[in-house]
Amino acid sequence: MDLENQKRVKEFADEFGAENLVVVLGAAEGEAAGLAAETVTAGDPTFAGPLTGVQLGLTTYHVCEPELKAEFDEAVYDEQVGMMEMVLDVDDIVSEMSAIRDEFCKYL
Amino acid sequence: MNSVIKGASYVLVHTPEMVVYNGTTQTTERVVNPESEYLKELRGHLRSYEDCVNYWPNQVYIGNAHPDELAQVEFPYFDKKKEGAERYGKYGEIMPEEEFLLLVQACDMFEVVKLDKNFVSAHKDAFAADPIITEDIVSKIEEGYELDEIKHFIENEHAEGLYHNNELVGCVRTAHDIDVNLSAHVMHENLMSKASSVLALLYAVRNAGINKEDVEYVIDCAEEACGDMNQRGGGNFAKAAAEVAGLVSATGSDSRGFCAGPTHALIEAAALVKSGAYKTVVVTAGGCTAKLGMNGKDHVKKGLPILEDCLGGFAVVISENDGVNPEINLDVLGRHTVGTGSAPQAVIGSLVTDPLDRVGWKVTDIDKFSPEMQNPDITKPAGAGDVPLANYKMIGALAVKRGDIDRKELPDFIQKHGLTGWAPTQGHIPSGVPYIGVAREDILAGNIKKAMIIGKGSLFLGRMTNLFDGVSFVIQANEGNDAAGTVSEEEVKGLIAKAMKEFAETLMAE
Repeated sequence: MDLENQKRVKEFADEFGAENLVVVLGAAEGEAAGLAAETVTAGDPTFAGPLTGVQLGLTTYHVCEPELKAEFDEAVYDEQVGMMEMVLDVDDIVSEMSAIRDEFCKYL
Repeated sequence: MNSVIKGASYVLVHTPEMVVYNGTTQTTERVVNPESEYLKELRGHLRSYEDCVNYWPNQVYIGNAHPDELAQVEFPYFDKKKEGAERYGKYGEIMPEEEFLLLVQACDMFEVVKLDKNFVSAHKDAFAADPIITEDIVSKIEEGYELDEIKHFIENEHAEGLYHNNELVGCVRTAHDIDVNLSAHVMHENLMSKASSVLALLYAVRNAGINKEDVEYVIDCAEEACGDMNQRGGGNFAKAAAEVAGLVSATGSDSRGFCAGPTHALIEAAALVKSGAYKTVVVTAGGCTAKLGMNGKDHVKKGLPILEDCLGGFAVVISENDGVNPEINLDVLGRHTVGTGSAPQAVIGSLVTDPLDRVGWKVTDIDKFSPEMQNPDITKPAGAGDVPLANYKMIGALAVKRGDIDRKELPDFIQKHGLTGWAPTQGHIPSGVPYIGVAREDILAGNIKKAMIIGKGSLFLGRMTNLFDGVSFVIQANEGNDAAGTVSEEEVKGLIAKAMKEFAETLMAE
């Protein structure tokens, strides 16, 4: 995850409390989504950014996961995400995200 | 009358030492984690020049193989050797680092590049033997300096080292004592971009079969900025590179737009030519040292060689309609506007289907789409997937939503209208433009009729806006009758002269 984004996530967690934060991802690949999810839960796996060694344990979902999809207005979701949902390997993304959440999320 | 694509060039420079010393993944790692395993293992994963030349995607880039041939090669590519691979290709070449450092010195107008004497004498002949390198460029090579002097500049005056085979062979000095915009780091980055752009310009002129004097305007569309503390991005890379390339009749300017830059620049060039402002415009870009080894950590972790070990460059020659070469159709321009939004379907819609709607074409009327043509060998191990494929899936999905194709035709659509990526991940370099050279030839050969070039840019990186950006245009077969069907300047002059003469005669008769 971009170093600047890591910094912003950390600042938001400090400001609003980690339990009040949900990180929504839009990565195009399961692996990339998993890496970003790992960064905001267990810490930066690349040891490069502000979240290195910081286990925020934030709640995080990919926008194509059913739990998050249920939160949207259907028409808005179709307009904003519908095409990508058709294109992405959603099953792979769900399995990567679930694995990270099960292991590192502190607020579920 | 539409302008035409007269020719294109594509060059690579193998720069393994700059991966180590100048790629931001590595320079960042040295700051935050200087003892990391990655930095220790990095050098063991650098490719030799021969391996870099034998790499399939690189051979496609310089024109020694067609993208369709690459599509037949079993993935991944890094462990396959392209038989018969060569340094030189029809579009350009893969220049080795040692010769490139000499070219960089020849491109330096402010005596900031200092090369070791022995290094210069060891490689000058090889550099001069490159057929594209002209005598006037070779004549700019200095004899060189003692290594102790170079070490002094690095240790005491903040100079940036230049290396070959892990040995110090020169440096880039600061161009100002306190101005960070002229620091050795910035000068290094800008000179590498300039020199690779020069190489691309030289090949572009050759490939288009024009004279250097024919070029009237050059647009540089790389992602670097040159200037001093009073005008950080003042420019002008275009004119600076044109000077070294010997384009004596050209002026020029820089155009920027992140990865979308080249497509913006090509549309601007086509418009300049079509309007009659200039007869021949060249769009050029050199490579980016910062991006070398960008995904190196993932490549090393997965046991791959460092695949981002090349600077990329390209140049495209746009000129007046000759009745033969493929045209740039300015009636079919896609543009992501301020109001478009950032949802993927809105982005693809604005770039692909909106312009087609304006002229009543279907998605399937475009034979080939060239979006971001990143080599998946580089991006997949880094978790970024196959970028061109993801784009084709989106274009295909939109075609399904519009009813241009049936959902079950989607895999065939991707196969038929798509390409396998082969371009280095140098930001602006893979963005649409790598296909232009191939498209020109495929259109001339009658294999395809229309190709769409799509450039997309992530503007948030500059922290000025969160907006996305992109533009697209269509290249199509020359209608052929344009040049013959119009009246030349001479003919117009002749007609006016005749009319004046007749008018004068009638006056005299009266």
